[in-house]
Amino acid sequence: MTATRLAHGGNIDRQKPITFTWNGRVMTGFAGDTVASALLANGVRIIGRSFKYHRPRGIMAAGADEPNALVDLTHGVRHEPNARATTVLLEDGMQISVIQGWPNVDWDIFGVLDLFHRFLPAGFYYKSFFKPNWGFYENAIRRMAGLGRAKTSADRRKFDARVDHCDVLIIGGGMAGICAARAAISAGLNTILVEDRPHLGGRLNWCGRVIDGMPADQWAQQIASDLNCRVLTNAVAFGYYDHNLIGVMETVQTSDPDCGDARLWQIRARHVVLATGAFERPLLFADNDRPGVMLADAALCYVRHYGVLVGDRIVIATNNDSGYESAIGLAQAGAEVTVVDIRPIAGGIQQRAEMVGVRVLPSARVIKAIGRTAVTAVDIRTNRGSHIRIDADILASSGGWSPAVHLFSQSGGKLRWDDGTLTFVPDQSPQAVRVIGAANGTFDPAASMSEAIAAINAIAPEKVSWSLPALSQTEKSVAIEALWQDPDIIGRQWVDFQNDVTFKDIALAASENYVSVEHLKRYTTLGMATDQGKTSNVIGLAIMAQLTGREIPAVGTTTFRPPFVPVSLGAMAGSRFGPLHSPLHQLPAHQSHQKLGAEFREYGGWWRPAFYPRNSEDAFATIQREAKAVRAGVGLLDASSLGKIAVRGKDAAEFLNLIYYNELAKLKTGRLRYCFLLRETGVVYDDGVVARLADDHYLLSPSSSHTKGVLDQLELWHQTEYPSMQVSFHNLTSAYATISIAGPQSRTLLARMESGIDLSDQALPHMSLTHGTMMGHKVQLARVSFTGERAYELTMPAGQGRTFWEHLMNLGQDLGITPIGIESLSLLRAEKGYILIGTDTDGLTLPVDLGMAGPLTAKKVDFVGKRSLLTPDAMRPDRRQLIGLRPTDDQFVPAVGSHAILQVDGTRRSIGWITSSAFSPHLNHTICLAMIEGGRGLVEANAHVTIFDRGKTTTARAVEACFFDQQGVRLNG
Amino acid sequence: MRYSAFNLIRHGLGNPLGWGPAWKPASLKPSYDAIIIGGGGHGLASAYYLAKNHGIRRVAVLERGWIGGGNTGRNTTIVRSNYFFGESARLYDHALKLYEGLSEDLNYNIMLSQRGVINIAHSEHEMELMTRSVNAMLLNGIDVELLDRKQLLAEVPLANDAPDARFPLHGGFVQRRGGVARHDAVAWGYARAASQLGVDIIQNCEVTGFIRDQNRITGLETTHGRVSAGVFGLAVAGHSSVMAAKAGFDLPLQSYALQAMVSEPLKPILHNVVMSGRTHAYVSQSDKGELVFGAGLDLYPSYAQRGNLPTAQEIIAGLLEIFPAFRRLKMLRQWAGIVDVCWDYSPIIGPAPVDGLYLNCGWGTGGFKAIPAGGWLLAHLLAHGKHDPLSAPFDLTRFQTGALIDEAAGAGIAH
Repeated sequence: MTATRLAHGGNIDRQKPITFTWNGRVMTGFAGDTVASALLANGVRIIGRSFKYHRPRGIMAAGADEPNALVDLTHGVRHEPNARATTVLLEDGMQISVIQGWPNVDWDIFGVLDLFHRFLPAGFYYKSFFKPNWGFYENAIRRMAGLGRAKTSADRRKFDARVDHCDVLIIGGGMAGICAARAAISAGLNTILVEDRPHLGGRLNWCGRVIDGMPADQWAQQIASDLNCRVLTNAVAFGYYDHNLIGVMETVQTSDPDCGDARLWQIRARHVVLATGAFERPLLFADNDRPGVMLADAALCYVRHYGVLVGDRIVIATNNDSGYESAIGLAQAGAEVTVVDIRPIAGGIQQRAEMVGVRVLPSARVIKAIGRTAVTAVDIRTNRGSHIRIDADILASSGGWSPAVHLFSQSGGKLRWDDGTLTFVPDQSPQAVRVIGAANGTFDPAASMSEAIAAINAIAPEKVSWSLPALSQTEKSVAIEALWQDPDIIGRQWVDFQNDVTFKDIALAASENYVSVEHLKRYTTLGMATDQGKTSNVIGLAIMAQLTGREIPAVGTTTFRPPFVPVSLGAMAGSRFGPLHSPLHQLPAHQSHQKLGAEFREYGGWWRPAFYPRNSEDAFATIQREAKAVRAGVGLLDASSLGKIAVRGKDAAEFLNLIYYNELAKLKTGRLRYCFLLRETGVVYDDGVVARLADDHYLLSPSSSHTKGVLDQLELWHQTEYPSMQVSFHNLTSAYATISIAGPQSRTLLARMESGIDLSDQALPHMSLTHGTMMGHKVQLARVSFTGERAYELTMPAGQGRTFWEHLMNLGQDLGITPIGIESLSLLRAEKGYILIGTDTDGLTLPVDLGMAGPLTAKKVDFVGKRSLLTPDAMRPDRRQLIGLRPTDDQFVPAVGSHAILQVDGTRRSIGWITSSAFSPHLNHTICLAMIEGGRGLVEANAHVTIFDRGKTTTARAVEACFFDQQGVRLNG
Repeated sequence: MRYSAFNLIRHGLGNPLGWGPAWKPASLKPSYDAIIIGGGGHGLASAYYLAKNHGIRRVAVLERGWIGGGNTGRNTTIVRSNYFFGESARLYDHALKLYEGLSEDLNYNIMLSQRGVINIAHSEHEMELMTRSVNAMLLNGIDVELLDRKQLLAEVPLANDAPDARFPLHGGFVQRRGGVARHDAVAWGYARAASQLGVDIIQNCEVTGFIRDQNRITGLETTHGRVSAGVFGLAVAGHSSVMAAKAGFDLPLQSYALQAMVSEPLKPILHNVVMSGRTHAYVSQSDKGELVFGAGLDLYPSYAQRGNLPTAQEIIAGLLEIFPAFRRLKMLRQWAGIVDVCWDYSPIIGPAPVDGLYLNCGWGTGGFKAIPAGGWLLAHLLAHGKHDPLSAPFDLTRFQTGALIDEAAGAGIAH
């Protein structure tokens, strides 16, 4: 027998058929179907194979708790390797297929593994497979494991994300949730309601109750249509983070192939109300994993909500009244229903069930499901102890309900065991959260509504002005009797279906002392599958308690971790992909550089010209040409990325003197100083020029890649250690463009700018600055050099960067003006022995290693890092020191990262490494900068060192780091 | 009962529940020769090596919760020894060598999978730093190879090679002996082997105070009562500074949440362990098929073992930038451990400022890979009261002498 689609009923649109395929077979469903309801309606029974034993499995649930129904889903560009069929809405053209089973799902060759289950208990892999080693077996085991097959092509869809906030965020749009939303709106609260299904109402859509004189589903739709607040449906709240930040993943139905199928919402709520409902628990009996075994409420949901009657002859095993609700619904739809109740007597609902033809076996237990690929019969132990077999095609069970406390637990909330309902219910949480309805263990509808209103009254400044509707029946459905595992039942009983964890596995864990709940989970993999144990956690705990003679709360509760259901990684990252991952800064004169044919590279987050090749020039030739042009005439470098941090305030001088290694309080206005900023470890964090613009006004120029870091350091010290100092920091980097003009002709070029600024060395000496007007704009002109040549840094408003650049290029035509990139600058500064932070230095480099010992002895006040510069290690004479190396082979350029080595007792020991290397066109030989142990001594001794690079060795001579113009005459040349 | 395929079959046919406890339930005795506070990987390994290497068997391991429940059970299971400085290289390679024989030694399959650890370089500058690192490692006897772009793509075919990739591929380097191991099995394997040698493993036993005789620790106050011992080891990652405060001293470290997450299980799609320094992302695929990944620390110091959403997004975005095919996948689980980070990102192993107490802490984000060495060296300290040469550079006094071992510097992070 197979399931049938009823002619009437359900929340589907029979006027809108939907075509899809299942393993290549064309099938039809209706708008409103999930993949699972459509597959059931088309008679599919085996939907997959289990992870470990490859046993055939059918659909068990109707929501996020489904452990079995994972399928491969392709829909246009969308692909999900492990889609949960019970939560995916059916769309036209979907291609659905199984993820396990070869050659096919009905006949799976690996099903043979089930025969060997005795030898594959929980954790069998810990006890074997280590001779000769794990790697010997691993690849075969890896191929067996895993679920779906992911596509390997790049996914280039766009995912967007939203950020929102509200007074109250209500999670769950079932009865409690919509009542809370209704109440919150009436109390004037800014409200957001989130529901993971397409319709509000939750179980009201299929439970068959009557509210306010109308069927519950109609009542729910009426309330829903009247909710004047933001309502997100198809949106699952998956994570509860610190400070009431909730992550919500909305499913986006789109036909746009460039658009992702999910959207992340980050909602910050003053108050959170959790109305997340509860999950039904299955009962244990032998072979309880056969296709056709399902949850009682899921069977009811399929018939009432989707119009799919899952079977003709249905047995419902139950230990509580809610099994009868399902029995009534299924019997009304035409099925022959038998309830097997472990209790001697049920509530009033039993009579109602019997009135619609349901047969009830009291004090009876289902002990085994019969049938291999589908349930064909059910073995029952009756109240008289005799065993009977009833033919059946569906065996549904209800073992009670577990509140969905996942989000509450994620909020940091503690749980409490409630003996009355046999559930873990919310206790205390450190965050502003309230839990209502079934999620709170309140299963009575009227009580649930009262809780909703009380929760809103407790947080709303105004009273709720909405009164409770009347309920026709207020019977409690929690008359439950505990049944976890019946010791009389023999045969394999599944607890975690997806991961194939059985009662015996839990017993094994107990016998091996894996008795804490986390050990149980990790050892057996209970609750670690993609359903994260929604149907199995509490049962597993209870069985462990039963086996070890403890109370359930003594075993503990697992920590529920985000996400509540698996969420799209693409959507989690949102728009941060490709160029938007961490957008590159562009220079104000970017287009000018493009026109000049620049080759761009990233330098510390900036997209800058590396060099400007002409015609077919290669990189090496270009760099050599650019470098030569600077020393011969004039070069233009776009230095706009250089940091510009204004430091202002009464205490600016004192503060900077404390933060910087160098003396800054005595710096004269209009003067510049090259400075180090240290960490507390004494390590050089950044270098840069500091200018004093006024008594209470400095301008810092950190390295391009360190601007934010320096600003963070300043703020950190100011805010945490020196909050009373009157000083403030402003990052002006993007407000201004800076062009560096270097070379013997730089002054000539600048003079043509007609600024009226006195460019004489007396008025504007090296390491000073001035202000003026050029081309009608205010500019700052500083004399500072990173090449060793006479050089100027001209700073103008960012919007003028391009105009200035192009104007200067035109003015300098006859001077041989050459635009230069970072690579030739790097060569020019290496010739001078000037360091690049992060290239020539690292996280252990102290100022003294770079030859700057002066401030440590000269500076009288304390400064950041001072303590660390006075440790014994900081004063060792054999520290690594910056020196130059000149390879014996003039033409050979050793790789940066080559080491200098010593041979000691036949073993090679590194004494340092090359940090920069290049061929110098001015010296016509290779130059290297290196950090070498006791390097100064080696230079003085004119010593040779051995250079090592991946097994090959060469030699070089230790020399001064400054290779070019050691007297510095060209600065004023 | 020895673990073997033969015994698996025997028990399968006979008594499937006859294996006996993996480690024996024990109750606290009044005194021991040595007590180790913290039943994580490092603590359990310390107890095992105390008993095995030094013959000291009157040993207790006190665990506040359940063994292996701290960072041992929360990491991304990567093992490697591709460190820059000689001191670190020797330490972590000692650990890796012990890992290589650990399943046999413990008679417990820790599933060491030497799949190779690959670091990607996204710029020429990063290639230069990797050249420097590779040369340092080769000189320190660590097996690594520099990879050019083509070799990298051959090893990691799914890496993002698109023209508009934010982080282009320039090359990388690989340590082929690196890989992953089953984290829980390491804790349980050490526990079982230690228990067999007579070590008492006591769970749900919180140390609430230290009993001192002048500057010497002589006993502990615990939730199971008082206990005394000759020496004490402290291996409580995530709470080292909390316990140090109880013992009356400060440690130069800060505690941060470090997140990790897994995808849903998939058929094999990623062979190696892959790391990208630029995005901080690291990822491997477990034998079960889940992609296990993580990246940087959460922003602010914390003892709460959960991560924040913005950091999770950052981590995921970093991973997807390197592996755009993974954008279709789903995150199954997200969690965090608390890591104790020293100023120089290297651990502290050695005597505490109070007598009778020895430290094993400050492993930062990399404690799992060091477990066998951390245990080995703490056991040596507890047995002899002085350093093994391997642990000497990691003594607490380096913060006074200034002889830091800054692996962040070694990894080329400018500060």
